[in-house]
Amino acid sequence: MSIYSISSPLRKFITELGLAGLMFFECVLLAFKRPLKINYIVKQMEFVGVKSLPVVFLTGTFTGMVLALQTYYGFRKFGAEGLIGITVALSMTRELGPVLTGLMVAGRAGSAMAAEIGTMRVTEQIDALVVMSLNPIKYLVVPRVVASFFMLPVLTIISDFLGIAGGYLIAVKLLDVNEGAFLNRIYKYLEFQDIYMGLVKAACFGVIFSLVSCYKGFYTRGGAEGVGRSTTEAVVISCVAILVADYVLTSLLF
Amino acid sequence: MGDIVIRIVDLKKSFDNQKVLDGINLEIERGKITVIIGKSGSGKSVLLKHIIGLIKPDSGEIWVDGKEITKLSEKELNGIRLNFGMLFQEAALFDSMSIWENVAFPLVERTRLKKEEIKRIVDEKLEQVGLLEHANKLPSEVSGGMKKRAGLARALVLDPPIVLFDEPTSALDPVMSLTISDLIKETQRKLKKTYVVISHDIIGMFRIADKVAMLSGGKIIAYGTPEEISVSKNPDIKEFLDASRIKEIGGQNEKR
Ligand SMILES: Nc1ncnc2c1ncn2[C@@H]1O[C@H](COP(=O)(O)OP(=O)(O)OP(=O)(O)O)[C@@H](O)[C@H]1O
Ligand SMILES: [Mg+2]
Repeated sequence: MSIYSISSPLRKFITELGLAGLMFFECVLLAFKRPLKINYIVKQMEFVGVKSLPVVFLTGTFTGMVLALQTYYGFRKFGAEGLIGITVALSMTRELGPVLTGLMVAGRAGSAMAAEIGTMRVTEQIDALVVMSLNPIKYLVVPRVVASFFMLPVLTIISDFLGIAGGYLIAVKLLDVNEGAFLNRIYKYLEFQDIYMGLVKAACFGVIFSLVSCYKGFYTRGGAEGVGRSTTEAVVISCVAILVADYVLTSLLF
Repeated sequence: MGDIVIRIVDLKKSFDNQKVLDGINLEIERGKITVIIGKSGSGKSVLLKHIIGLIKPDSGEIWVDGKEITKLSEKELNGIRLNFGMLFQEAALFDSMSIWENVAFPLVERTRLKKEEIKRIVDEKLEQVGLLEHANKLPSEVSGGMKKRAGLARALVLDPPIVLFDEPTSALDPVMSLTISDLIKETQRKLKKTYVVISHDIIGMFRIADKVAMLSGGKIIAYGTPEEISVSKNPDIKEFLDASRIKEIGGQNEKR
């Protein structure tokens, strides 16, 4: 069976997957090759990490708060209010911290990456790099992927912590759950493994959304309209890919 | 015939069903200014991008310094590209960097020069194109002509042996246009480099050109010195040159 007998949307999908895979491998190779372009990476770390703080702050806190509220409603029915703390903590560290951080940062930073690189493509700035014998992947893609790989776990830790703090606030201060029960069970049952695996997932999500966004930007065609299309596709594909990868990673890691 | 640095043999390129280049044959001499003229949409920019390997042809050969480049890998091409500078039609400045940083970029990334040395060279280039006082502005904050001049400074900053210019004077007023074509001529004379210039500015460019090539219908229909081209009997060339003469009616009356 030749590739041409496959229907055209499927063929396009396979081609794109292949190109994105190639970009990933080139990225990994170039990331370890000198010159390392540290200043480019630091700049992207600031953009992906520091500038995402407000968004992560809000989503983390409110997610923890609403989790406490919802589990209180359920657990109260059989007098298990004392388990609210550990439920919130496990949900945040294992699942919601990394996933929500991944989705929010993909929306914020991923769209910007696709739009910026897409604009550079349609205004021939990428060609200008090529003409100077400079590898555009090294200058544009590697710093973004490396920065996202390192910053997402950091943001996730913050989100985890804020989520638990938000849960504590609602459960202990608002709903009068016993403070000792809330905290003790967290100390006792939350394992380092839970946090660590969440951070591994977060790092993977960072690579996924930044690579998808850079890829979409890099292969943009057709002026301003093309940039708009790439940006939308980057965010949609990043989010779907994060959710799919979340399932796969969870089933592999835990 | 002089020393040939770029030799294009039977180059063909189509986009979808549109034949853009249909058998280009052209030899570009070392240390000369070759000007390529032709109607808008005739494929001049596409031809220039082939020479530097940004576009791969459907068929045909391009020899640069005795190497056939159309089948080279990206890595081998990068070696060839070190000999080139290029000014893009839309300047293609990096819009996250100031004008100064744009011009300094090739020096910072490609050389090991000291900071002071880079500053000296960049300031000198910006001075030549009249942009020194706008050096700290972003590309989005300057006019089209200023972008073009910054792009020119960037293309020339490493003094590469071959420079490709895509319409260096198209966005400029007549005075600035003269200044820039003089600058191109002057740097070329001084450094004995090979320049390939695309231009609609017939009058300005015929002044500085060593050779002129006319692109029409996907082929080079005429090639020669500016004098030879301007007395050509070919109707396409005559039409093209006559149209540009209308602009200089005032100044040309005494000559006729
Ligand atoms: N990437 C591309 N995809 C499809 N068609 C293209 C592409 N690039 C150029 N073309 C087509 O090739 C033709 C030649 O384009 P080119 O940009 O070389 O013209 P030009 O001679 O530089 O014109 P101008 O003087 O207006 O700049 C045009 O008809 C254009 O539509
Ligand atoms: Mg053009």
